[in-house]
Amino acid sequence: MSTTLADLRPGEAGVVEGFAQIDETAQRLMQMGVVEGMEIEILRYAPAGDPIEVRVLGYALSLRGKEAANVLVSRSG
Amino acid sequence: MSAQDSSPELPIVVTLGNPNTGKSTLFNRLTGLRQKVGNYPGVTVEQVSGQTEIGGRQVRLVDVPGTYSLAAMSPDEMIAVDVLRGGITDMPAPAAALIVVDATNLRRNLFLASQILEAGVPALIALNMVDRLTAEGVHLDIELLSKRLGVPLVPISAANGTGIDELKAALDAVLRAPAAPHLVLNQSLEDAVARLSTQLAERGVAASAIELRRALIDAGGYAEQRLGQRVGPELEAMLAELRLSVGGGRNLATLEARDRYSWIQAQLKGVEERGPSQRHAAVDTADKVVNHPVLGTLFFALVMAMVFQAVFAWAAPLVDAIDYLTSALGATVGSHLPPGLLNRFITEGVIAGVGSVVVFLPQIIILFTFIIILEDTGYMARAAFLMDRAMRALGLSGQSFIPMLSSFACAVPGIMGTRVIANRHDRLATIMAAPFMTCSARLPVYSLLIAAFVPERHFLGGFINLQGLVLFALYMLGIVGGALTAWLISRLYWSRAKARFLLEMPPYRMPNPRAVLSKLLSRAVTFLQRAGTIIFSVALVVWVLASFPRDDAAPAGMSDADFAAQQLSDSYLGRMSRSVTPLFEPLGWDWKVTAAVIASFPAREVVIAALGTIYAVDGTTEDNANSTLTSRIRAARHADGAPVYTLPMVLGLLIFYALCLQCVSTIAVMRRETGTWRWPLFAWVYMSSLGYLGAWLAVVVGGRMGLG
Ligand SMILES: Nc1nc2c(ncn2[C@@H]2O[C@H](COP(=O)(O)OP(=O)(O)OP(=O)(O)O)[C@@H](O)[C@H]2O)c(=O)[nH]1
Ligand SMILES: [Mg+2]
Repeated sequence: MSTTLADLRPGEAGVVEGFAQIDETAQRLMQMGVVEGMEIEILRYAPAGDPIEVRVLGYALSLRGKEAANVLVSRSG
Repeated sequence: MSAQDSSPELPIVVTLGNPNTGKSTLFNRLTGLRQKVGNYPGVTVEQVSGQTEIGGRQVRLVDVPGTYSLAAMSPDEMIAVDVLRGGITDMPAPAAALIVVDATNLRRNLFLASQILEAGVPALIALNMVDRLTAEGVHLDIELLSKRLGVPLVPISAANGTGIDELKAALDAVLRAPAAPHLVLNQSLEDAVARLSTQLAERGVAASAIELRRALIDAGGYAEQRLGQRVGPELEAMLAELRLSVGGGRNLATLEARDRYSWIQAQLKGVEERGPSQRHAAVDTADKVVNHPVLGTLFFALVMAMVFQAVFAWAAPLVDAIDYLTSALGATVGSHLPPGLLNRFITEGVIAGVGSVVVFLPQIIILFTFIIILEDTGYMARAAFLMDRAMRALGLSGQSFIPMLSSFACAVPGIMGTRVIANRHDRLATIMAAPFMTCSARLPVYSLLIAAFVPERHFLGGFINLQGLVLFALYMLGIVGGALTAWLISRLYWSRAKARFLLEMPPYRMPNPRAVLSKLLSRAVTFLQRAGTIIFSVALVVWVLASFPRDDAAPAGMSDADFAAQQLSDSYLGRMSRSVTPLFEPLGWDWKVTAAVIASFPAREVVIAALGTIYAVDGTTEDNANSTLTSRIRAARHADGAPVYTLPMVLGLLIFYALCLQCVSTIAVMRRETGTWRWPLFAWVYMSSLGYLGAWLAVVVGGRMGLG
C-alpha cells in the first residue's frame, strides 16, 4: 500500500505522486495545483476528522477524506 | 441573464479568471454597477454585462463566474469557453479578454490564464491585489513576465482603485491594435486539434479550436458530449485515435495539468520571489482558533448567537423610533384629511401597513451587516468547512451551507448561490430547503403577532424572555423544516457518486467599510422598494375589494358600526373570503384573517398591511383614531363574541408563516434555477400543506392544553 494524502497528519507534508484513480474530482484537483511533483501540506482536520484542509501552491484548499485517499503522496517531512 | 445592456454592436470585453480574484470588484469599478462581491469562491453565478468608456468609446464589459480551468464537466462550466468563442446568444466573440489574476497566487492563476492565451482572442492581464504583495512577502518582476507571456500585464488594485487608469489605457491599446497571443504549450495537441477540425469540416461540422481542444482533452466532459450530439457516434473513434496520437495512451487531462504547471514554473523562474510572509503567522493563528474542532465550533455558536442578539435586542430602540415616527405620520395625515373611508385607508392601510414593514429596516440592516461581514472576511468558507460533516448527515455538503445562511436574509440570493454546488441533487435539496430559513420578510409578521399575544415573561432572572424564546423557536422550526426536507430529497435521489467538497479557503480579509456600506445601501433600497410597491398595491386591492359594493345609508334602526360591519361582510372581499373560510375554520381563522393570509401569498409581509386595511374598513372594532393594529387584532371577535386571536390560533398562525412558501420572487427563482415548474409547484403545495398541518396541530394541542 502506498501512502495517500489521507494518511498524513496535520503539520505533515508530502509530494504528490499521482492519483489512484483519475475521476472527475481528481481532474479538478489537478487543475487546482494538486499535480505530480507538487508539495502539499496538511493544515488541519475539521471536527470529526473530515473534511481536511491542505496547503498547496501557497493557498488553502479543503477536501474530503475520501478524496484525499485518492491522492498518492510520498512523505517529505 | 441580467444584461443591463445588450447593445450588440458594442465591442465586448470579458473579464475572466479564477474565483475570488476580484473580477466583480473590477467590473463594478469600471461600469459603476453594483454586482455582488464577497470573499469566497463562487459569488458571481451568471454572466452580467455593463458599459464602460475606454479611450473615448463605449465598450460592453461582461463579468463571468470564476473558474479554475476551461475544462467543463457540466453546461454551467462551459460559459467561459462559450463566451470566448462567441457562442452565446446576443453576445458576439469578445474584442478582448481581460484576464484577472490574483498577484499573490500567480502559480495557480496562470493555469486558467494560459488556457485563455491559447484561445486566439486578444488579451491582457490585470494583476490584481498588488496591495497585498508586500504583506505576503511576494516580489514580482512584472515586465519580465509580460514579455514572457506576450501580453500586457497591468498591476492593479481593484479594491483601492490603483492602476485602473493604466489598465484602461492598456485595454484601449489592445482594442485599437488587436493581436491575439498565440501561445502553444503542446504542439502535438495543436496538430490533433487541426486534424479534428478538418475531419469535422468534411462532415459539414464547424467548431472553434477552443471547443475542439477541450473535447480532446476532457474525456467524457461536456465539450465532448455537446460535440457528439452534432457529429454523431463516429466522433468517439475519431477522438480515441487522436488522443492516442497525443498522449500515447495516457490521460490527456493529467498530461495537461502536469505540463501546464511545469510551464508555469518555468515562466515564473526569476519573476516571482517569495520571502517570508508577514501575514501567515497571524492568519494561521486565527485559522487555528476558528477551524479548531472544539474552539471553532464554540466560536461558530458564539457568532450565531451574536447575530440573533443583535437583530433582536440592539435593533429595538431604532425599531421603536421608526414605529413612533410612522404612528405620528399616520396621526398627522389622519387629522388633516376629512374623516371617512379614504382617511382610514391611507392611515391604516398605507401608512400603517407599509410602515409596519419599514419599521424592520434597522433589523434588516443589522442582519445584513453581519452576513456581509461574514461574507467579506472569508468566514463563510470556514463555516462551510466546519459544517460539511453535519450537512452530510442530511445528505448535503458544506457547500450548501453558504446559500442556506444567506437565506436568512432572503431566499432569492440564497437559491441563486446554489449554482456553485456541483452535485445536481445536492443543489436541488438545497434549493428546496432554502425557503424554510427565516427570511427577513417573516420578521415583521413574527414580531407583530408575538408582541401582541405572547406575554412578556422573563425566566432565569430576566436572562430568558418568553417572546424571544418563541422567536427563537420559530427560527429553529424553519431550520428543522429545511433540514428534514433536504434529507427527504436526498433520500429520494440516493446517488452519492458525484458528491464532493472541494473548496478554496479564501484568505482572511479586512472588510472594506465603503464596500460594506454600499452593499448595505443597495439592500436597504431593495427592501424599501418592495415595501413601497408590492405591499402598497396589495393593500390597495384589499381596500377596494373590502369597500365595495357599498350602500349609501344605513337602514333604519341600524347603528353606524353595525352598518359598517355589515357592509364589509357583504363586500367583494367578504364574499370571496367567506367562500373559502370553511377550509380554514379548523385553524381558528375567521374570514378576515383568511382574506389577509390569502392576500399575502405573493409576499408574506403583506399580511400586516392587509390586516390593517381590513380592520380599518371594519367599524366594529374600537373606533379610536389612536388605536393601533395591535389593539385592533387583540379586540377582534368571532360572531359569537369569542376572541379570534387565541394563543393556540396565534401560535398556529406563526407556524403557518414559518412553513409556508408565500413569496412569488422565491417561486420565480426556483423555476429559473431548476428549469421546470415542477419543483416550485411541488414546494408550494408541500410547504402550504405543512403550514396548514402545523397550524392545525397548534390549535388542537393548544386547545387540549387549555391555552385557549
Ligand atoms: N486586498 C484586496 N482585496 C480585493 C481586491 N480586489 C478584490 N478584493 C477582494 O477580493 C474578494 C473577491 O472579490 P470579487 O470581486 O467578489 O471576486 P470575483 O473574482 O468576482 O469572485 P467570483 O465571483 O467568486 O468568481 C472580495 O472580498 C474583494 O473585496 C484588491 O485589489 N485588493
Ligand atoms: Mg464575481
